[in-house]
Amino acid sequence: MVTSFDLNDDSVVVVIGSGAGGGTLSNELAQKGVKVVCLEAGSRYEIQDFVNDEWESFAQLAWRDKRTTSGSWRVAKDFPNLPAWIVKAVGGTTTHWAGASLRFQDHEWKARSTYGDIPGAALLDWPVTAEEMAPWYDKAEFKMGTTGTNGIPRLPGNNNYKVLAAGAKKLGYQDFHTGNMSINSQPRDGRGSCQQIGFCFQGCKSGAKWSTLYSEIPKGEATGKLEVRPDSQVIRIEHDAKGKATGVVYADREGKMFLQKARIVAVAGNSIESPRLLLNSASNLFKDGLANGSGQVGRHYMRHTTGSVYATFDKPVHMYRGTTMAGIVRDEARNDPKRGYVGGFELETISLGVPFTAAFLNPGAWGRDVSSALDSYDHMAGLWIVGEDLPQANNRVTLNASEKDRFGMPIANVHYDDHPNDEAMRSHAFRQGAALYEAVGAKRTILTPPYPSTHNMGTNRMSDKPEEGVVNKWGQTHEVKNLFISDGSQFTTSATENPTLTIVALAIRQADHIAGLMARNEI
Amino acid sequence: MRLVDKTIKLNRRSFLGSSAGAAALAGVIGTFSDGGAFAATLKSVKPAAAPALLKVARDLYPHDRLPDAYYETAVTTIDAGVAADQATKTLLSDGVTALDAAAVRLKGRPYTKIAPEADRIAVLKSIEDTPFFTKMRSEMITALYNQPEVWTKLGYEGSSAELGGYIHRGFNDLDWLPA
Repeated sequence: MVTSFDLNDDSVVVVIGSGAGGGTLSNELAQKGVKVVCLEAGSRYEIQDFVNDEWESFAQLAWRDKRTTSGSWRVAKDFPNLPAWIVKAVGGTTTHWAGASLRFQDHEWKARSTYGDIPGAALLDWPVTAEEMAPWYDKAEFKMGTTGTNGIPRLPGNNNYKVLAAGAKKLGYQDFHTGNMSINSQPRDGRGSCQQIGFCFQGCKSGAKWSTLYSEIPKGEATGKLEVRPDSQVIRIEHDAKGKATGVVYADREGKMFLQKARIVAVAGNSIESPRLLLNSASNLFKDGLANGSGQVGRHYMRHTTGSVYATFDKPVHMYRGTTMAGIVRDEARNDPKRGYVGGFELETISLGVPFTAAFLNPGAWGRDVSSALDSYDHMAGLWIVGEDLPQANNRVTLNASEKDRFGMPIANVHYDDHPNDEAMRSHAFRQGAALYEAVGAKRTILTPPYPSTHNMGTNRMSDKPEEGVVNKWGQTHEVKNLFISDGSQFTTSATENPTLTIVALAIRQADHIAGLMARNEI
Repeated sequence: MRLVDKTIKLNRRSFLGSSAGAAALAGVIGTFSDGGAFAATLKSVKPAAAPALLKVARDLYPHDRLPDAYYETAVTTIDAGVAADQATKTLLSDGVTALDAAAVRLKGRPYTKIAPEADRIAVLKSIEDTPFFTKMRSEMITALYNQPEVWTKLGYEGSSAELGGYIHRGFNDLDWLPA
């Protein structure tokens, strides 16, 4: 049954975005009997449409609408119009994500209290505690079928993992395994088990990897309460004279404009589009942007302290075979300021095919330094550093003053400067990653700078005090009672872990809260 | 471990009898390199400029194991893009002229006549900030490395889902590390 709601139906919840936040929230609300219209800017591709080809898949799935960049981060130089590697399609970035599903460590919910007052950083404690989140993490892991939880066995390690594990052991690390992955290690929830295809980033062709595209959304649609509208780019959120959200204006593929009325609006467009939409929804009542009386919308953009280490060996590795990110070393994830920085980092296996290795290994470089590394491509192992980066008020998404998109709306500029803490952590992580591979005979190690960001967080952050953030502990904006933020832009701090599990846990919790408010007629 | 056979198995005769696509055609025919034929395929430069472009392509990303054919395909791809855009139509021809001028100034002879690779690299470094160099360098990333035959030569197996992934094809067959 294909449900369709009327544009004038002002009893629906409009969810903007269908990824980890929006797709999960849409299904959870539909399961509770709430009517939902989910507007997705991208098209709907199914599993059979995915392609095992890096550039072709990028053209199919990536959010390629122009953005601009500024700041001292290297991405601004190497990829000035591509600050983020995220997805514009039904399922959002859960089509592209690698599946790593880690809970925050307890102290990470209390970053300000734990790390203290770090100059240049705008740290806060989350208004939510580890204890409060624990049951929602339980639900998220069960929903996603995360390995290493709920009695689900971990995935088998691939060749790239074998190198990582052997190096970790030699270095004396103890907490390493194939991760907590939301990729089926055995058939579950109507989906089969991982076939070790190796193209996790390009959309999982076996459906073993959890994605809202084929897990949450069809379940929500089956209730008759959820309508997903692909190719629907939201332009602005409308409100009434009292400052209550009343609906959203969106454009279809041809640029035709529609107004969908709403009882509640939930924004989940990822941490660049979500603040952009609020800023582009400025009005006489909200002169600096919707829900932006505090001036906090767009601020505290975080993208994790990342980098990769690739190493070449005498003998073959074929790192591209099998699950891309099923391998992790967690020994450095703790907070131990004696290392010269606060927070910690994970080391996770990563691999790229030849096309993306050429593009990302050392962007802009040429000559034998690069080509000799590619000559050893099949003898190469790789790991990705994921560490906590610190919120800074001026790392922010703003509207570009001169450039507009095809609908005439200002595009986003993403500004990022590394904090000295990020630099100290990255440099230590690079050293450890290189040492890990050298311990098992690497002939050469290559330190690869951060890719365009897939982890984007913090631009509508949660705060107790309205003046310090954009949303409260439920993701409800401080200023507009029926406007919610449901993606990673709510993050108060980035923590060390890959963000998706926490986004999903927050969305399940938020759905429960919203349904309660609606049932009690409080909204 | 299951290793990758890096030889290209298609040959022109068997290929022409098959129905594979045009991209493969360019690659396979290119394997039997004919410099003159290659130069004639270029749209935005005169044939005389072709050898310099080919040399630049190889000097940018030199793989001694790759025959010229793959670099010719790359240059043909870059040239086609440049020729199709009014704004860049003369970029390669002007670029080769400037390249040779730099070569004569620094090393006393045109680019293709400079034998030592290190000397050619010095010439390329001297023009690193020019639009010609930037175009050639950035386009080579896809024009060279997105050729499936180059993947095979580098030991990358490409698409795997239609073969059942690697679950029975060596995802964990690495056997040379201590347990």
